[in-house]
Amino acid sequence: MIALERRPEPSRAWQYATPLLAVALTMVAGGLMFAALGKDPFAAIRTIFWDPLFHPQFAAFSRPQLLVKAGPLILIAIGLSLGFRAGVWNIGAEGQYIVGALCGAAAGLALYPSDSVLIFPMMVLAGALGGWAWAMIPAILKTRFNTNEILVSLLLVYVAENLMASLAVGALRNPEGGGFPGSRNLAQWDAASNPELIAGTGMHWGVAAAFIAVILAYVLLARHLTGFHIRLTGEAPRAARFAGVSPARLVIFCLGVSGALAGLAGLFEVTGPAGQISIDFNTGYGFTAIIVAFLGRLHPVGILLAGLLMALTYIGGELASFMLGIPAAAIQAFQGMLLFFLLAVDVLTNYRIRLGRREVAG
Amino acid sequence: MTGAIDPALLIASLMVAATPLVLAAIGELVVEKAGVLNLGVEGMMIVGAICGFAIAVESGSPLAGFVAAAAGGAVLSLLFGVLTQVLLSNQVATGLALTLFGLGISSLMGQSYVGIKPPGTPRLDLGPLSDLPFLGTALFSHDWVVYFSIALTAAVWWFLNRSRAGLTLRAVGENHDAAHALGIKVIAVRLMAIAFGGACAGLGGAYLSLVRVPQWTEGMTAGAGWIALAIVVFGAWRAGRVLLGAYLFGGVTVLQLNLQAAGSALPVEYLSMSPYLITIAVLVVMSARRGRARLGAPASLGRVFHAAS
Repeated sequence: MIALERRPEPSRAWQYATPLLAVALTMVAGGLMFAALGKDPFAAIRTIFWDPLFHPQFAAFSRPQLLVKAGPLILIAIGLSLGFRAGVWNIGAEGQYIVGALCGAAAGLALYPSDSVLIFPMMVLAGALGGWAWAMIPAILKTRFNTNEILVSLLLVYVAENLMASLAVGALRNPEGGGFPGSRNLAQWDAASNPELIAGTGMHWGVAAAFIAVILAYVLLARHLTGFHIRLTGEAPRAARFAGVSPARLVIFCLGVSGALAGLAGLFEVTGPAGQISIDFNTGYGFTAIIVAFLGRLHPVGILLAGLLMALTYIGGELASFMLGIPAAAIQAFQGMLLFFLLAVDVLTNYRIRLGRREVAG
Repeated sequence: MTGAIDPALLIASLMVAATPLVLAAIGELVVEKAGVLNLGVEGMMIVGAICGFAIAVESGSPLAGFVAAAAGGAVLSLLFGVLTQVLLSNQVATGLALTLFGLGISSLMGQSYVGIKPPGTPRLDLGPLSDLPFLGTALFSHDWVVYFSIALTAAVWWFLNRSRAGLTLRAVGENHDAAHALGIKVIAVRLMAIAFGGACAGLGGAYLSLVRVPQWTEGMTAGAGWIALAIVVFGAWRAGRVLLGAYLFGGVTVLQLNLQAAGSALPVEYLSMSPYLITIAVLVVMSARRGRARLGAPASLGRVFHAAS
């Protein structure tokens, strides 16, 4: 008989080991999935995890993509992790990402074709505010009416998608675009563009912002009272209440920060890699960031590494679909699998597995 | 232009639009009554949608499709069940994982089914009832799944409120420690409830891909699973009110689609977002009115059960 016995406190060793174990298990299960699709599993795994960085022909192109993809994932996941730690479940980052991009782009486009140096900073501010405001809807409904923030934030993603579709063919449409849906190209407008800062690295302002967010989140959680309140609420809600932590303020803070960061990610994406607001602007970073946050153990440094790894699966997935004909959807399933395995092996962190006869309760 | 809509047809399409929500929400109701919060409804629905579609196309039988959809949804939900009940993972995170994984695996499975028409699910011939002037069109000319979903609601109501097994299930949902002390196998009860919820969500998804739309497109559930979750809250965890809630949302969906078709002054995108906005508004009203007490929600909802002895 196998029994689980709760550890007095989570095992530190397993805390570090479980993400690696989950990645290994996902590679095995993913390999089986690729084999079931009739592809060579070893070639597939190598193409996803190795070739983007070291392939003699493609690495030069795909290596910079690593930071381009990891930037928004890390930025969003850092925000989400604060809430997840405190039991505030913002799962609508995708919507906040969209609205951030919309607000930032709209603020910039209102002043087209000015070439003031203040345009881009103003757009960044507008993007963060947009994401923040969108996240404030579930936050206020939660604190004021006790409405479930999981459902509200998620449902607002669909609202944001429709809003974006409407603006892409309406108010924000490029007047010189010949009637095609989509805004002006912001990446080609110098005052509003978010260019590659160091040639050949993929480093843009969004990636810089992600690194700054990692550092600030680390300081917040390790050194600041609010960070302590977040950790306390997550680990011992009753103790937090006795310590005078206001749950409402924590909800507002966590949702606000994660919304603003998701909005920033959207703004940096629309002014850089994506270039314009179009109907298919969003690609699911807001949802993948949930996986990144958990894979990084809700820890800033962990999220940094998890974001890079997840970015690798994106690029590797594209490479695998191009070179081996593995469908893009397989990569999505692969990423979902990773979260499953992570949650499954997490039991080892909090519980000890006992083999042998179960004792009868005395 | 809205005056041109035939009310009988409107009611008929309302019932069709509501059926996937009824199925998914009634399944989730049973799961939540057992004290488990499965946020993976969307994932189970979309997997049901593709399983049902694929099997119906391959076998030519919609019934086989629905059976496969229920099986697919149940299998996926048991993944959630094992993770949350045996490996004691966080239910919110695992439910999200289920949705993300379901969306991925379904579009993988559906690669070769895009643009195909499924075999039709015939309408039931209810004899003279179907020939009634107004009611015949509105209520008595549907396929069997519509009536099945209503019967299922009644059965779930009876099960939860009138049967011994239902009492056991509710005990598990209200206080799993007490239920465990009484010798009830908490994990077994919950796994069964989760599988039932998965099967129902799968059926709801298959109804979308086989009858409502009917074809397969990636991400075709478009938030229906999340709306089903909201309907359970709206219904205050009662079967009858869940049915009512699903029909209300079916009505909103049909109304906005009809307004779109009729060329309303509001842009299409604003009409398309209306069901989600109304869901949010309803959630707010329900949670505000009930205040702190959260009457109706099972007390152990979402809590991890670990028998210490």
